[in-house]
Amino acid sequence: MSNEKTDWWVGLFVLLGALALAFLALRAGNLSSFSFAPTYALSAKFDNIGGLKVRAPIKSAGVVVGRVASITLDEKTFQAIVTFQLEKNYLFPKDSSAKILTSGLLGEQYIGLEAGGDEANLVPGATLQFTQSAIVLESLISQFLYSSAEKQGTAAAADANPAAKPAKTTP
Amino acid sequence: MSRPSFLSALGQSVRARLTGLGLFTRFFLMLLQRSGLVFKRPRLVSQQVHFIGNFSLLIIIVSGLFVGFVLGLQGYYTLNRYGSEEALGLLVALSLTRELGPVVTALLFAGRAGTSLTAEIGLMKAGEQLAAMEVMAVDPLTRVFVPRFWGGVIAMPILAAVFSTVGILGGWVVGVLLIGIDTGAFWSQMQNGVDVYKDILNGVIKSIIFGVAVTLIALYEGWRARPTPEGVARATTRTVVTSSLAVLGLDFLLTALMFSH
Repeated sequence: MSNEKTDWWVGLFVLLGALALAFLALRAGNLSSFSFAPTYALSAKFDNIGGLKVRAPIKSAGVVVGRVASITLDEKTFQAIVTFQLEKNYLFPKDSSAKILTSGLLGEQYIGLEAGGDEANLVPGATLQFTQSAIVLESLISQFLYSSAEKQGTAAAADANPAAKPAKTTP
Repeated sequence: MSRPSFLSALGQSVRARLTGLGLFTRFFLMLLQRSGLVFKRPRLVSQQVHFIGNFSLLIIIVSGLFVGFVLGLQGYYTLNRYGSEEALGLLVALSLTRELGPVVTALLFAGRAGTSLTAEIGLMKAGEQLAAMEVMAVDPLTRVFVPRFWGGVIAMPILAAVFSTVGILGGWVVGVLLIGIDTGAFWSQMQNGVDVYKDILNGVIKSIIFGVAVTLIALYEGWRARPTPEGVARATTRTVVTSSLAVLGLDFLLTALMFSH
């Protein structure tokens, strides 16, 4: 085979590899969700971030407006400091609040940003004042169990002491 | 004739293995040292990419397609039990980009290209072509081995990427066209779960390392082959066995390094 023909086939082969990689990155991977728009940083402190991860989306009204940049622990207050990058064209009022939410019942966690009513906007580097931690399923269940056990306890106590319930007649 | 004692036999085999390992490392370093040829005569490398890469493309595409089909069917069988068929795209893409793409491609590559490299060089040695080159003051390591080495190293990641892509398309054919999963959910679950750096880039790094390992083993076995028909046959067998084991062992190490945290 002549050299030029070989070169043509090799070129086709390499092009095919580049196309395959582009397909993997854009169609199968999340490169298309990478935004190269200019961003600004904000941070928020949470008592508990649950399973929030770096690069988790920041959503406002369901629209992705940014991503989590870093998560660290404040050594004094033992709260989690979450820094995130918002796209520059989205500005939020000063009293906006951040919540850690879960998409679906068992989906990934993200930060929901709710706009407040303040006239002034958050400046780059500002810290959000109002935050709500992630809901931890285990503590929710234990709370529910405690409260139902408490209810049962008071009901049993009331049954044991009929004098406390004069309205009820015993057979 | 006295039989060697157990201890001296053990010592001898360990020493032989260490010598082999040292020779292998020196072979690698000698190839790297002479790699300047790649820039001086790139046509030699592109001929090898053509021989190693283009001719392996068909087997890679067909295998990738069938691996994708099977992943689609088996993945659906398991996911269906948990009512999360939509995650099929994620399952197929993650298994292909992280593990199956690089590993199966490397195994096929060892069988398809590695053996031909070993046999070619072994026969060159048997036909005293390498010796003839030395007589003509042409360094066979530079002229014969370096272009083949780089050809293999370049071709392998491309083949692995093609394999993963075709496999994902195969999973899509089975999942969406045959079984009837929603195509939007198939792709969006995949995009949410597959990370470009953590999954795809690490898969590409894996395939480059496998390419180096398989090509190097194939060339080394050809270089060391006894210049007889039987010696070449044995060297070809050793290429497949050693490089398959090396790929699987390296895969475990790399997975533990890359994805352990």
